[in-house]
Amino acid sequence: MSIQTVEDTKVKAFPVKPAEVIAFTAKARRRIDLLAIAGKLATALVPPAVVIILLLVVWQVACSSPTASLPPPSQVWNEAYDLIAHPFFDNGPQDIGLAWRVLISLQRVAIGFGMAAVVGVALGALVGQSVWAMRGLDPVFQILRTVPPLAWLPLSLAAFRDSNPSALFVIFITSIWPVIINTAVGVRNIPEDYRNVARILRLNQLEFFVKIMVPAAAPYIFTGLRIGIGLSWLAIVAAEMLTGGVGIGFFIWDAWNSSRLPDIIVALAYIGVTGFCLDRLVAAAGAFVTRGTTAK
Amino acid sequence: MTAYLKLDHIDKSFARGGQVSEVLKDIRLTIDRGEFVSIIGHSGCGKSTLLNLIAGLTRVSSGAVLLEDKEVDSPGPERAVVFQNHSLLPWLTVYENINLAVSKVFGRTKSRAERHEWIMRNLDLVQMAHARDKRPAEISGGMKQRVGIARALAMQPKILLLDEPFGALDALTRAHLQDAVMDIHARLGTTMIMITHDVDEAVLLSDRIVMMTNGPAATIGEVLSVPLARPRRRIELASDRTFLRCREAVLKFLYERHRFVEAAE
Repeated sequence: MSIQTVEDTKVKAFPVKPAEVIAFTAKARRRIDLLAIAGKLATALVPPAVVIILLLVVWQVACSSPTASLPPPSQVWNEAYDLIAHPFFDNGPQDIGLAWRVLISLQRVAIGFGMAAVVGVALGALVGQSVWAMRGLDPVFQILRTVPPLAWLPLSLAAFRDSNPSALFVIFITSIWPVIINTAVGVRNIPEDYRNVARILRLNQLEFFVKIMVPAAAPYIFTGLRIGIGLSWLAIVAAEMLTGGVGIGFFIWDAWNSSRLPDIIVALAYIGVTGFCLDRLVAAAGAFVTRGTTAK
Repeated sequence: MTAYLKLDHIDKSFARGGQVSEVLKDIRLTIDRGEFVSIIGHSGCGKSTLLNLIAGLTRVSSGAVLLEDKEVDSPGPERAVVFQNHSLLPWLTVYENINLAVSKVFGRTKSRAERHEWIMRNLDLVQMAHARDKRPAEISGGMKQRVGIARALAMQPKILLLDEPFGALDALTRAHLQDAVMDIHARLGTTMIMITHDVDEAVLLSDRIVMMTNGPAATIGEVLSVPLARPRRRIELASDRTFLRCREAVLKFLYERHRFVEAAE
């Protein structure tokens, strides 16, 4: 009996040690994970940071002479400091921070591009679904889509007699084509089997559109939306330069007229970063919505 | 007694660019309720076209498909199809795929709870209840086909049409699924029509085997009854006289009298 109890305590004593060991390895693993994350961040951030610093140095050197026509980065920093440091100031109707101006432009893009997305998907579905709609509409689309955004502006100003709806229309008409064309391709590529499933179930047009067509064509639709939102951001800046108002585009035009070159450069940075974010936003939405659909 | 399903002098031809090609000619066949009929023939003989005609996915050129004396002119859930490549919607889970069919077919007649129970019962029938929340991409080919069968059965069809349902599967999975289909046929008594090019499969599963001649203008060459008692077990049948005789009859039809001439295509 006594021997047995000794054995028991021995047996009990053993599992304690491995438990300690596990605790140590867990800590070690966590540290390695942190290191790995830091390493990944470094590989993602260091190269672009180096390139940007190099570009700034080259720019500074190139524009440092007194006869240079463009301001060097140091001058931009000094003269446009309040624009860089305080994006959200608000000192009255025409004196507001750049973030406000970007938001106003984004609001226009949201309305114009939102309409383009809805109408574009609907028209794309029609063109993709019906052979006759494609034969009739596709040539028209192919011609109209090559018209540059600003070429539409005089016509829309004449039609709407107001700058804000004109700007919205320019965004709409610029961004709708890739949405239509990509949706049509996606709808045309819906496998025949999915259509047969829908026919056997006797899905009506609306059910087919919502339950089969949109999810099946979603990867294509989002490709179109991504191109479309890039184009609409291009168009809004150009349209605002001509129509006025308080958007970021008009700010650039205004700064040019009062020879504030550093302000223009800061505005360009804002536009670029915003456009990049928009693109990533639509891409992320697409990746989220179409998860699992691409794999067969 | 009138037949459950009647194929009445069916012709089918396709017109393409002014050229008319005759695919099926003078198909006459009656199928009784609860029967399991296989249609076998070489590739290109129009057996898939014949199945599509019964499903209503394609229209007949002349003649008629009659189900319970009513003419079939469009697809519908009472003639559910199990497709060769399963055709599950990849953005829906297994459960949602079947729910799409069930809510469309029984949306008005069954309550939400009844529909849920009905979906789960059909998933149980093909032993796939454990994978209800998986997407088609996450399950194997055999499992996808099981779900495809469950979706078709969930429509509570008068006739289940199987278009080479096991063609894309490996031999072992195929055997499992054949057993599953035999089991379902025995339990539910659903009338089934299966397209196949596998002689053993046809003899094992069928009450009758419809043998098609080669195209163009293919027709039914011969109909063989398989007088084997059910339930059938593949291991016992491997040395069964009747099984071997049926198998030989189909093989002789396919490879002696109606040999497939590749060059003719």
